[in-house]
Amino acid sequence: MILNVNGQEHDIDVDPDTPLLYALRGELGLNGAKYGCGLGQCGACTVLVDGRAAFSCVTPVMALAGKQIVTLESLGSADNPGPLQHAFIQEQAAQCGYCTAGMIMRAEALLRRNNQPSEAEIRAAMQPNLCRCGTQVRILRAVGRAAAVIRTAAEAHG
Amino acid sequence: MRFVLLLLVALIVFGAGGCIWLGWYRAIPRVQPPARTAFPSAAIEHGAVLAALGNCVSCHTAPGGAPFAGGRAVQTPFGTIYASNITPDPVTGIGTWPEAAFRRAMRQGVDRAGDQLYPAFPYDHFTEVSDADDADLYAYLMTRAPVRAGVPANELSFPFDYRFLIAGWKLVLFRPAAFRPDATQSAEWNRGAYLVQGLAHCGACHTPHDFLGAEQSGRSLAGGEAQGWYAYALDHNAPAPVPWTADSLYAYLRHGWQAQHGDALGPMREVTDDLITAPDDDLRAMVAYLAAGRNSPLRHRPPPPPIAPPAGRGEALYRGACGGCHDNSRGPPFAGIDLAESTTTHAPNPANLANIITSGIPAAGEEREPIMPGFGAVLTERQTEDLIAWLRARFGAPDPAAGIAAAVQAARSEMTQREATP
Repeated sequence: MILNVNGQEHDIDVDPDTPLLYALRGELGLNGAKYGCGLGQCGACTVLVDGRAAFSCVTPVMALAGKQIVTLESLGSADNPGPLQHAFIQEQAAQCGYCTAGMIMRAEALLRRNNQPSEAEIRAAMQPNLCRCGTQVRILRAVGRAAAVIRTAAEAHG
Repeated sequence: MRFVLLLLVALIVFGAGGCIWLGWYRAIPRVQPPARTAFPSAAIEHGAVLAALGNCVSCHTAPGGAPFAGGRAVQTPFGTIYASNITPDPVTGIGTWPEAAFRRAMRQGVDRAGDQLYPAFPYDHFTEVSDADDADLYAYLMTRAPVRAGVPANELSFPFDYRFLIAGWKLVLFRPAAFRPDATQSAEWNRGAYLVQGLAHCGACHTPHDFLGAEQSGRSLAGGEAQGWYAYALDHNAPAPVPWTADSLYAYLRHGWQAQHGDALGPMREVTDDLITAPDDDLRAMVAYLAAGRNSPLRHRPPPPPIAPPAGRGEALYRGACGGCHDNSRGPPFAGIDLAESTTTHAPNPANLANIITSGIPAAGEEREPIMPGFGAVLTERQTEDLIAWLRARFGAPDPAAGIAAAVQAARSEMTQREATP
């Protein structure tokens, strides 16, 4: 079947009930999304589907025909990080780092629909994703920082 | 022709006039907001328990707003009604209401100024609350922090925006009456009946309503509707595939979930959150009342489930999206509830299944409670419909294909609205 990932179409040969996460990592070599719990409870596998955050570990690929999937890889690279990635580095918002990719994608979904979120809105939006190291406060700060950067850029463009 | 027209005009004039005459209540004079010392602390404490049993805070609090300060939109078939501010603020709340005015609102559905109250405020139940309990509820509410918060004007279609017409509605459909105990029943049963029929107003959601918004007579607790959720029947038609017992019903009310029956969701979650402070004896009494008699949910005998799974596009979606948690032997809390035991998959209509699949079960604050991811972001309307159709057929829901499209549409528009509001 055809999967549209980060604006590119990929023809992959998998069972229709294969989780999107396996297709991304196994078939397409996109290793940003992580396997955490496999039950849609921790958020390490978060990607965007048509702009909304989704747990890729419990999303069968058969549901995704014609939908736009966005993964961490499209937000920037190590040499050229995007605003959210940059903010996570600036705030040192990682300890073991396993949740980070999912956190960034969850935040991306929020900032796409609301680039001036309040502290409460950030907390509510990030709620489904877990960090077991205790970096939550830094993560919240990083999301706030990225929002400010994105806002400033948007205003500069008029 | 002219005669018919005249008759019609006369009917309308006399009808409206009759409503005004019937609905004419004098205003009860304002008082200075009573001081906290005016109430014995035992009354305030008991009032707090009663307010929890009545779940007052749910309707009378706007999302994210101060408790009891009103403003929550209550959707009715006739339009939107905004719940009033029942904090003791003298301007926007009930601060200048004497106890007699509060009691009249509870007993008769008339406010301090003498205006008719809409039956969205369930005085058809509250009329049974005793004077002593009204006094304690009053003591509790009048000792909350006053919050100055106006409430939006109701958005009702003509002619329902005319309050005096409620008098006509009451003439036909409402009888103010204190609770009358049944001497042939136990004290516990009578306590349960008093709570279920009165303050706890279970029927406001769990009884089907007629086209005039009144509870259908003779169909008490036969299953109703609340804010886009189906409120399950609490009688012998209770759709639970695992028959209820008195103990499981009690546990469900006590904890907001029960291993074989799952989680209280939607408006019922607000009720069970409030019941946390309710006394054990009162919960046991409500169960004793509900469980007694020939219409008891304990008498429900579920039909056997279908032997072979049906064909359908939903099956692969089920395997891919649901099976990982719901189709294994681990069970809660390590995996999802067995859907063969779930009330949601066996309900007479698919509203709750559509809501849960679309929006999931969100984590509840700091509490240790069941959660489930929503699939509204990844499943299209059509895919959700396919999945529901298969689930309902698989687990033997009555009339499994009916009403699915409307239920999915409602669940998705609720999701979109929630995303749009910060």
